[in-house]
Amino acid sequence: MTAPILEATNLVRVYPGRRRLIGKAAPVRAVAGVTLRVMPGEVLGIVGESGSGKSTLGRMLLGIDPADGGEVRFDGNPMPRLGTSEWRALRARMQLVYQDPLAALDRRLTIARQIGEPLEIHNIVPREHQQARIDELMDAVGLRKDQGDRYPHELSGGQRQRVVIARALASRPKLLVCDEPVSALDVSIQAQVVNMLRDLQERNRIAMVFISHDLKVVRNIADRVAVMYLGRIVEEASSDVVFKAPQHPYTKALVSSVPVPGKTLEGRMILQGEPPNPANPPSGCVFHPRCPFAFDLCRTTVPTLRHTGPDRTAACHLVPGDAEPVAA
Amino acid sequence: MTSNFVELRDLRVAFDGVQVLHGIHLDVAPGEAVGLVGESGCGKSVTWLAALGLLPGKAEVSGSVRVSGQEICNAGRGALEAVRGGKIAMIFQDPSSSLNPVLRIGRQIAEALFIHRGLKGAAARTEALRLMDLVGIPDAHRRFDHFPHEFSGGQCQRLMIAMALAGEPDLLIADEPTTALDATIQAQILDLLNRLRAETGLALVFISHDLGAVSQVCERVCVMYAGRIVEQGTVSELFSEPRHPYTRGLFDAIPMLDGPRSRMVPIPGTVPNPRHLPAGCSFSPRCANAVELCRHDMPALHHDGADRGLACHRPVGTAPGRLSQTRILESIQ
Repeated sequence: MTAPILEATNLVRVYPGRRRLIGKAAPVRAVAGVTLRVMPGEVLGIVGESGSGKSTLGRMLLGIDPADGGEVRFDGNPMPRLGTSEWRALRARMQLVYQDPLAALDRRLTIARQIGEPLEIHNIVPREHQQARIDELMDAVGLRKDQGDRYPHELSGGQRQRVVIARALASRPKLLVCDEPVSALDVSIQAQVVNMLRDLQERNRIAMVFISHDLKVVRNIADRVAVMYLGRIVEEASSDVVFKAPQHPYTKALVSSVPVPGKTLEGRMILQGEPPNPANPPSGCVFHPRCPFAFDLCRTTVPTLRHTGPDRTAACHLVPGDAEPVAA
Repeated sequence: MTSNFVELRDLRVAFDGVQVLHGIHLDVAPGEAVGLVGESGCGKSVTWLAALGLLPGKAEVSGSVRVSGQEICNAGRGALEAVRGGKIAMIFQDPSSSLNPVLRIGRQIAEALFIHRGLKGAAARTEALRLMDLVGIPDAHRRFDHFPHEFSGGQCQRLMIAMALAGEPDLLIADEPTTALDATIQAQILDLLNRLRAETGLALVFISHDLGAVSQVCERVCVMYAGRIVEQGTVSELFSEPRHPYTRGLFDAIPMLDGPRSRMVPIPGTVPNPRHLPAGCSFSPRCANAVELCRHDMPALHHDGADRGLACHRPVGTAPGRLSQTRILESIQ
């Protein structure tokens, strides 16, 4: 059996809360005990609403946000501390792509220079071969050679995101964390970028963590999907089954809330209320105030993530599963 | 046709001499829900900002906008203000930037009630509370004196809707009202819009890039591309038989949630720059069906039946059955 490229155990991230005029600051548990693993060449999708901690988790997986509890192992070794030379060296092998390409790019550098920067920083390619590698990368993401001396503002949103992806791939990473990479793009362009990402990922056998709130995009790019709610994974399964036969009530509601063209609202499961304040989470199962099936146990006891079938887990008192929780 | 509440005729907009809207004809009947769909820059928002005189001064607007028979295109401030808020209200994508962050929410709603209906004091408070209740703000009494930052994004959008309803408008224009919201909250807001329409007989223009959301609140849909309406029809007609290759491309580009994992079907190329629109049909450079005619002759919007309209020389076939089936058939050919 091959070893996972990325392994996270019981990750916790606590942000100090804002102090009120009176009283103490309430700490916010943005990530509250997340365990996951990504195999080489695998795509793990992470879905959840805003505030579910999915972006914080993505940053923790790369060591950008330190863990307040738990551990991240990359390629079998513990993640070095942020800013150390070991961590910097590792950054060549793990890269981040996020939502707003204009913010990720330097507006005063041509895109060819920006794509070439990682090559210089990590000293991967001898100087005389750098231009060839830049051309190769631009071709791989579908940019024309003559666009190399353009500046970011001269490109469309989709093209900018292609530049960011080319730059992320420059150092031939083994792991790519993509945080909402296509959310700012139009539907027709979204499809272009998702197809390209998927092709590059398969061709280079890059493991990918794909964070998005868009279930339909995640369905079509991820091999496996983890659903997050208020800092916890509530369900994890292969993307073939998790949307077709969701087990956790929250996943059911999420799937049901996706507007499908030509279908009316009738018969859909519309959740009441809003996600709770992470600084003041409800007792028991954090989903119980919005859950239509909640009963007494849900209000007092936090359900643990258990195996509920082959290769799938869920954290819900109502879903029958193994007696033993997963990696406690 | 005097029964229409709003009639747009040949509405054109140019910014600094660059034409961005190329003659929009659109009617909204009382109580009707019309969707305007298209990608960013297609002019779907500009259409209504122009109609209500909300564009900056450098925009040149021409054409005709009639509200209950009265012409308001390029009308004076007085005429426009009689329409805005009172007859037609508009809400936007980002509710938190539309609310005043330093005023308590109750006061902001009461202000709208005073401007449009002259309500003051206890009467305004009672009515504001009723509106907050109507749009589903729990515990309205306690939250009347809260500030916008104390509400979540979904609740801010509910408050915007409450403010829009303060003038008792006949038409609500919702510009991407759910785009910034989470999926479960988006479903709640769509549900609220449907409920309000059923209860008050409000007409709705729903501007969105999301065909799924549009199909859940609208009866009729107009698809826009590069400043023109390229196809229109009832939701059921348009969704079962899209005829314009662009409409069809939009449907195909939506990834499926059910069914096997598959490659997504993009529309090649990008939206043209309004400064350099291609000759002929604006969509021709991206269109798989395009022939020579499309590259030099702009197809006009032909009406076919009451609600159905199409601007295309080479429409896609009317193959029956589900989209995915036709998609498979095409890939075999």
